Amino acid sequence: MTPPVDEVTRPWWDATRERRLVLQWCPDCEQPQHYPRALCVRCGRADLTWRPASGRAIVDSFTVVHRAPEPGVEPRYVLARVRLDEGPVLLTHLERCPEPRCDLPVMLDWRPLDDGRHLPIFIPQSVEPR
Amino acid sequence: MTGAAGGAVAIVGAAECDLGATGRTTAELQSQAVTRALADAGLELRHVDGLATNGFGRFPATQLADYLGLRPAWSESTFAGGAVFEMYVARAAQAVAAGQATTVVISYASNQRTARSRTLAAGADAGLPEAQFEAPYHPLYPMSFYAMAAHRYLHRYGLSRADLAEVAVAAREWARLNPKAWHHDSPPLTVDEVLSAPMVSSPLSTLDSCLVTDGGGAVVLTSLERARDLPKPPVAVLGYGEATSHTAMATPPDLLDTGAADAGRRAFAAAGLTPGDIDVAQVYDAFTISVPLALEALGLAEPGAGPELVRSRRLPINTSGGGLAYCHPGQFGILLLVEAVRQLRGECGERQVAGARTALVHGTGGILSSHATVILGVDA
Repeated sequence: MTPPVDEVTRPWWDATRERRLVLQWCPDCEQPQHYPRALCVRCGRADLTWRPASGRAIVDSFTVVHRAPEPGVEPRYVLARVRLDEGPVLLTHLERCPEPRCDLPVMLDWRPLDDGRHLPIFIPQSVEPR
Repeated sequence: MTGAAGGAVAIVGAAECDLGATGRTTAELQSQAVTRALADAGLELRHVDGLATNGFGRFPATQLADYLGLRPAWSESTFAGGAVFEMYVARAAQAVAAGQATTVVISYASNQRTARSRTLAAGADAGLPEAQFEAPYHPLYPMSFYAMAAHRYLHRYGLSRADLAEVAVAAREWARLNPKAWHHDSPPLTVDEVLSAPMVSSPLSTLDSCLVTDGGGAVVLTSLERARDLPKPPVAVLGYGEATSHTAMATPPDLLDTGAADAGRRAFAAAGLTPGDIDVAQVYDAFTISVPLALEALGLAEPGAGPELVRSRRLPINTSGGGLAYCHPGQFGILLLVEAVRQLRGECGERQVAGARTALVHGTGGILSSHATVILGVDA
C-alpha cells in the first residue's frame, strides 16, 4: 500500500525518496511541527519551510499489535510514538527491537515503498544500521 | 445550573432499549429507548420539541425525527465519539434555559453486535490529513492509542498490567449485581484471567477491552420547575464542562495529559462542587486504562492512584458494570447518564449506592480526543 500525497505533504514524501526525514518549520515561531499542515499551529503563518531532522528520538510509548486491523496486514509489529530530538512526535514502527520500552533511545531507519518513497521506521540506537 | 435565561434544568426520564444480542434494527432500538424514557418521565412523543442523537444515518437527528414522526424546534447531532451525549446534556440544558425547547430527548442505539459491523479498524478515517502518516503503520483504531497511553501510564507510575486488571475485575463485580448486564450471570473475574486473556494491542488484552453489544438508551430533559410536577424525582443538572484536544495519534505531546482535566475542572466550577463531594461516578470505560486516566484527571484520585481507588471500592465507579461488563453499543456515553439518574433516584436494587445525592458522569470520545463531564444531583 502506498500512502496518498497532497500538495501540502508532497515535499515531505519526496524527501523520503532520498531517505531524508524533514520537518515543517515556521520562520516566525522557529518551531517545527508534524504532521505537515497548511499553516503553523502556533501563529497561523502559511509559508512554512522544510528542514532536515536529526533522526534521533526517544520512545514516548509503544504497543505490540497482535491482531490485524485489516486483511493483508501481518501481526505482530511494534507501533510506537517517538519524540524526535527536535520535539515533534511521530507515529512509526520500531524494528529490530525485541524489548521495546518507554524512553528507549532510537534512531531513524527506512522501509522502502513500492513507488520509490520510503517509510520512516526507528531502531534502537544500540543496533548497527543496515 | 442556571442558564443564560435563568432556568435550571433537570433530567426527568431515563431508559435503556433492549441490550445485548437483540436481533433488532437500530431504528427499533432507538424507538424503544425514546418511548421508554418518555414513559419513565410521564410524557409522550407529542411533548418532544428537542431531539439530540447520532449514529443514525448522515443527518442523525433529522432522520430520527422523521422515523419518530417529530418536527422538533431544536435538534443536535454534534459528533465527538462516545463523549457526545454528555455534550448534548450541556447543549440541551442551554436550549431549555433559553426557551428554544421545552422537552428534549437525547438518545442513541446501535445493533452493532447483531449487524456484525464492528472491526478493529473501526472509526479510522482515511480522508483525514493525518491518515497519510498513520495508516501505513496499521494502528488498531482506537485501541492501539489507548494501549500506548497505557504503556506510558504504567511506565510513569511504576505500575503493572495487574493494576489495570483491577478495573475489569471491579466492572464484573458490579455487573453481577445488574440484571441487565451482559455479564450478570458470569462468574467473578480474577486479575489472573485478565492477564492471561489473549493479547490484542499490548498491554491491553481482550479482557481489558469493552464489550461489543447492541444497546442504547435515552434521557429526557426539561426545566427543573416543570420537572417537579412530573412523576419521578427530578435529577438536576448541576454543572458541565468539556474539552477537545486532538484526532491524530502523534498530536498530544503527553499521552496522559488528557482533556478530562479541563472538562472536569469546568464542570466542578459550574456546579460549585469539588471531587470530594461526589457520591458515585460513571466514567467511560472503553478500556481498563480509560478509568484511572479519567479518575485522576478529574481529581477523584491522585496521579497514579486510580487503580488503588478502584481496588479499594471507596468510591462507587461504573455501578452498571460499565462498558467492560454491562453493555457497549459503540458509544456508551448515553448509558452512563441513564445509570447516574437511576442511582440518584434510588432505583438500582442490589447495586444501589446508599444515599447517593451527587453523581459525576464523564464521557470520552475517539482516542481520548474529546471529553465531557456532567455533574448531576438530587433536587435539593
